[in-house]
Amino acid sequence: MMERKVVDPEYMFKRAPREKKFLIGNEAVAEAVKRANVDIAIAYPITPQSEATHIVGDIYAEGYIKDYYRGEDEFNVMSAIAGARMGGARTFTATSGPGTLRAFEMFPLWAGARLPVVCAFMCRGVNSPLTIQPDNIEIGWLMDTGMLIFHAENPQEFFDMTLQAYIVAEQPDVHIPIGVCVDGFFVTHTREIVEVTPEDEMLPPYDPSTSPVPIMDMEVPPIRQMRDPFVMKSNYISYNTHASWQQEVRAAGERAKKHIARYVGKFIEVTNPDAEILLIASGTAAAQARVAMEQAREKGMDVGLAKIRVIRPFPEDEVRELAENPRIIIVPEHNIVGWLAREIKSRIDNSGKVRGHPRVFGGMTMPPEFIMEEIVNGRAR
Amino acid sequence: MKKNIATISPGFEDIMPEEYQDLVNDGPYGRGLGIKNLGTFKELIEEHPLCAGCGLALAIRLTAASLPAPEDTIIVGTTGCNSILMPQLAIHNIHSLFGNQSSLAAGLKRALKLRYPDKNKDVVVMAGDGGIADIGLSPTLHTWLRRENLTTIMLDNESYSNTGGQESGMSCEGAVLNMAPTGKKFPKIPMPEIAKDSGCAYVATVSVANARRLGRMVKRAILVAREIGPTYLQIFVPCPTNYKFSTSETLKRAKEREKIMEYISSEAEKLIKEANI
Ligand SMILES: Cc1ncc(C[n+]2csc(CCOP(=O)(O)OP(=O)(O)O)c2C)c(N)n1
Ligand code: SF4
Ligand SMILES: [Mg+2]
Repeated sequence: MMERKVVDPEYMFKRAPREKKFLIGNEAVAEAVKRANVDIAIAYPITPQSEATHIVGDIYAEGYIKDYYRGEDEFNVMSAIAGARMGGARTFTATSGPGTLRAFEMFPLWAGARLPVVCAFMCRGVNSPLTIQPDNIEIGWLMDTGMLIFHAENPQEFFDMTLQAYIVAEQPDVHIPIGVCVDGFFVTHTREIVEVTPEDEMLPPYDPSTSPVPIMDMEVPPIRQMRDPFVMKSNYISYNTHASWQQEVRAAGERAKKHIARYVGKFIEVTNPDAEILLIASGTAAAQARVAMEQAREKGMDVGLAKIRVIRPFPEDEVRELAENPRIIIVPEHNIVGWLAREIKSRIDNSGKVRGHPRVFGGMTMPPEFIMEEIVNGRAR
Repeated sequence: MKKNIATISPGFEDIMPEEYQDLVNDGPYGRGLGIKNLGTFKELIEEHPLCAGCGLALAIRLTAASLPAPEDTIIVGTTGCNSILMPQLAIHNIHSLFGNQSSLAAGLKRALKLRYPDKNKDVVVMAGDGGIADIGLSPTLHTWLRRENLTTIMLDNESYSNTGGQESGMSCEGAVLNMAPTGKKFPKIPMPEIAKDSGCAYVATVSVANARRLGRMVKRAILVAREIGPTYLQIFVPCPTNYKFSTSETLKRAKEREKIMEYISSEAEKLIKEANI
């Protein structure tokens, strides 16, 4: 194990020298974990995620992570992650599709217990029929858990956002979980140039004393948390406690915005904002939309692109502003439900201009031609 | 926790509730107390809203009084009648979900081992029979099989009591309960045997009517978990509300059906002898 030094997060994200490596997404996220000063990682196999947590295991074996094991299933892995966080440790885990669903009861718990868990979701389709192919329908389900959600387009963003997620999640006025999502295979198994920070530099450790809720270590005096447990009482105070706590979790998400702006950067990356036709996309759909936009512009069509990088907290103001000018908004997605189109429609006034197509799912790829077809159809309207 | 950490800031003495003052002045932290001292110190448990005559409530009270190091113990419960009482305990305790107590406790214990390598932090899982033997069986077994340093204490009232007395895997064969309208079709899950086979270094069963023995078993179970590996204690805690008997009969029923069993691995035997408990 090499000697390493703690560096300032902002320096690491913005100014640290970068070395070019040729990595698949699963390797890129593991490189991030290596630099994240993680205490405990817990793994459970599922394609297309497994390789990432294999490498994290190797990093543990080399001494860069203090504890690591394979759990019994995703629900119990996410539970152990919660326990480790409640005990004041920094954690890492990852899962995909069916694993996400198996673990689901834990996600609102993470948020409600104010645990700054960072979890990578390498999205894939869910059964039935049996599939292991790329499909990001699970993001649509995760959106209402209270968790913050970043959607990385490529291995580079996967590397950067994973590191940044720790620093945002652990801010005392945030302190809620962040899911760093990528489209399985398209990112996890695609090799690209990734610029990584020096191997001997790592994030500062998590400081449990900054937690807004007590760490469960009996190092601060215990209090009787409640005289009348809420669950027992049918009265205004118990309802209001639960209601205001849920609001507080959402408020923590709103408070994260300033930290995201500082450490992660733009919520939305926009090219040609004044175009007649605006493509709005996230993840690898944004990569395909970029190609389609370029092809369309070569043909003289007035097309722009807004790539949404942060799904929760949703950048509502920016999206409302972006939605004012274009005549048509096209939202290509890698899932059947169209969660991004649904989200955009629900936030803007003139939702009739939003076309939630093309949608590909079940492992299908999204050739730019599909998006081009929507652009051409849209122009004809 | 440092022994003198629970103090009251000067000037706040008259604002703090009496029970808290009692805890600060006369609590059990760092004093090595036990069942035999009950009545002479401020207990960790204050008032609680469980039913009159509840065996489970008494078992939690006795367990709390027997913790070898209450100042460094964290209790992980799960949904069920225990989770109504647990928040009243003057000790860090966690309710997360129903059935995930063991896996959560494993993560917690590992974190505390990393953060306090030179200190004992006892993590004790205390949960209902449904929580441990049915919905949480998998993580219960897996923490044992992985040899996690956890103590698991089952509060066995032989039903899902909190949800209105449904059959659980720990109900007796033939018992007529909700969701077993014609009687349960299979015997009690042999958890003590399973615990032994799964690597627990100390396994014991007792009833809530046997306070002194229960107290000793709690101390042994926690000490062995601290030094050697997983331990399991199963406490029979009759439930008057769902088994519909008089609240004054709880201890009588507990005694009548009490099964005392203690399995101690040879390694644990040595430890217990040395510690003289
Ligand atoms: C996932 C989930 N399933 C079911 C429940 C409903 N539930 C709450 S408490 C409980 C019974 C608990 O029984 P047991 O573990 O034996 O504890 P007891 O109440 O008997 O002490 C059940 C079924 C729940 N809260 N969560
Ligand atoms: S229902 Fe039974 S176990 Fe639950 S509090 Fe009442 S008596 Fe105790
Ligand atoms: Mg029960």
